[in-house]
Amino acid sequence: MMDEYFHSVRLIASRCKGCVNCTKHCPTEAIRIRGGKAQIIESRCIDCGECIRRCSSHAKTAVTDSLADLVRYKINIALPAPTLYAQFPLDFSIENILGAFLELGFDEVFEVAKGAEIISLPIKDYLNSKDTKRPAISSACPAVVRLIQVKFPELIEYLVPIDAPVEAAARVARAECTSKYHLNADEVGVWFITPCPAKMTACKQPLGAEQSNITGAIAISQIYGDLFKALSQVDKKNKNNYSSASWVGIGWAVAGGETSDIEQVKKLVVHEINHVSSVLEQVAMGKLNDIDYIETLACAGGCIGGPLTVENRFVAETRMKQRMQKLKDEYQGPDESPFKDYYQDERGVIERRVIEPRPLMLLDEDIFKAMDKVELIEKTLKSLPGLDCGSCGSPNCKALAEDIVQGRASETDCLFKLRERVRDLAQEMIGLAEKLPPPLDKEPAE
Amino acid sequence: MSGGQEIILEFELHAAIFDVAGEASSKIKRVLQQIGVRADVIRRIAISAYEGEMNTIIHSLGGTMRVVIFPERTEIILEDIGPGIADINLAMQEGYSTAPDYVREMGFGAGMGLPNMARCTDKFDIQSAVGVGTKIMMVVFH
Repeated sequence: MMDEYFHSVRLIASRCKGCVNCTKHCPTEAIRIRGGKAQIIESRCIDCGECIRRCSSHAKTAVTDSLADLVRYKINIALPAPTLYAQFPLDFSIENILGAFLELGFDEVFEVAKGAEIISLPIKDYLNSKDTKRPAISSACPAVVRLIQVKFPELIEYLVPIDAPVEAAARVARAECTSKYHLNADEVGVWFITPCPAKMTACKQPLGAEQSNITGAIAISQIYGDLFKALSQVDKKNKNNYSSASWVGIGWAVAGGETSDIEQVKKLVVHEINHVSSVLEQVAMGKLNDIDYIETLACAGGCIGGPLTVENRFVAETRMKQRMQKLKDEYQGPDESPFKDYYQDERGVIERRVIEPRPLMLLDEDIFKAMDKVELIEKTLKSLPGLDCGSCGSPNCKALAEDIVQGRASETDCLFKLRERVRDLAQEMIGLAEKLPPPLDKEPAE
Repeated sequence: MSGGQEIILEFELHAAIFDVAGEASSKIKRVLQQIGVRADVIRRIAISAYEGEMNTIIHSLGGTMRVVIFPERTEIILEDIGPGIADINLAMQEGYSTAPDYVREMGFGAGMGLPNMARCTDKFDIQSAVGVGTKIMMVVFH
């Protein structure tokens, strides 16, 4: 009944030790250890990349496209996420970084930060509308949207129905290029340079739209080496006009950036997937309805803390803020807000396929069977030690109880239950050993 | 195994213990999700349970919440010992609150609890005796 899900997060099985680290930290409890290796339950995975971050054996990764894929297209456009600028020291200007893409085989570069500025305008309109359900929740982070699909489907209607920045950037970039070069859409490759596995999945399986304007996604960690080499060879004084996003757009890479220039609105910023979960829990309870807008980001620090970055996020944050300040200092325009003219460009509100709930809590389609299972899980849980050690391959005792009831695990997977059984069997054996049958029993009978 | 089937959840609610406030409602919500009740119905049940939980914690000397989940409906019974409600009609008005200051400073006590509960549920019954306590019975059909 469910579509096949593409997931960009993958396991490199040869490096996996079958330890508990990713299992215990997955926010949707999507990982089990089976056959000594981590296995991702596809219907539960939201591609947040938390497991990539946690794995000490570097066994978790994200499927990424690469520069080799560029040959398939006549013209290739790079869409760098603003997080990219924070990966390089300030000796390299944003212009330099964008120019370096041309050395790697791209023909055009379009900043995702500009996409962010484009959609910030319809977002402001949406927030000012009286019909908007409050608190409105940002849909810029696809991992959060997926979290809502699986854990908080009742909050889907609170999501802002406007495309994420990269989609807007892709649309505008594609339109500009197909007219400039007189090409068909299938001859133009649009490549997102991203810190985020959820964004990668969103390109292949878009949230809300039927087809993405993005051809593929290349991880920042994948392209970093090539970019650095290209940067070292490029003359820093070369001018190009690719850098046109303002400090507002590039600020989206840091938590708080999206809402930084939205005024007269009660906003809340929350980042890191577990914190996001607890805030959403509050929204689901009916609290927080005096808040107008919630900026939700799955990664601590915002996108600069993404699992596919290279630079430490605190260093990245400082660099980002310095770059933003530089753009502010250099700005010579008359307006407060330097991007009002984008409003005439293609905006993000087109017909979107409604975001489907994917609730993962359901135990059984038959409500009577589901109710039986609820009781059985409670009973099974009481018999487990409650240590949440993860040795059984499930993240905690509650998850193991559910796995046992659903037939995916057995009670003896629990080391402690196994030891109890061993002790009980051992006592039985001692009991049997103490009682020899009469022909062998040399002790005088009482 | 069907017919007459029910899941019973019971919670002890302690006066002025705020750090676990909301846990009972979260637990109820989880069970409802596990059996596949519609998201908007779960929302109404969760809100009613949460408001009821908070009222008991804020206003009473302690009480219990008993939730009985049937395949086609959920019943919530809240019973507490405490000052009770002198004027129920007044208490049901939006914005009317008798919450103490320290509770309002925490962000609670807006006076919307009882009206919200009545609005979210399909059946709502409240009985109270001053100086004794309060009993609320609510039903939400799935």
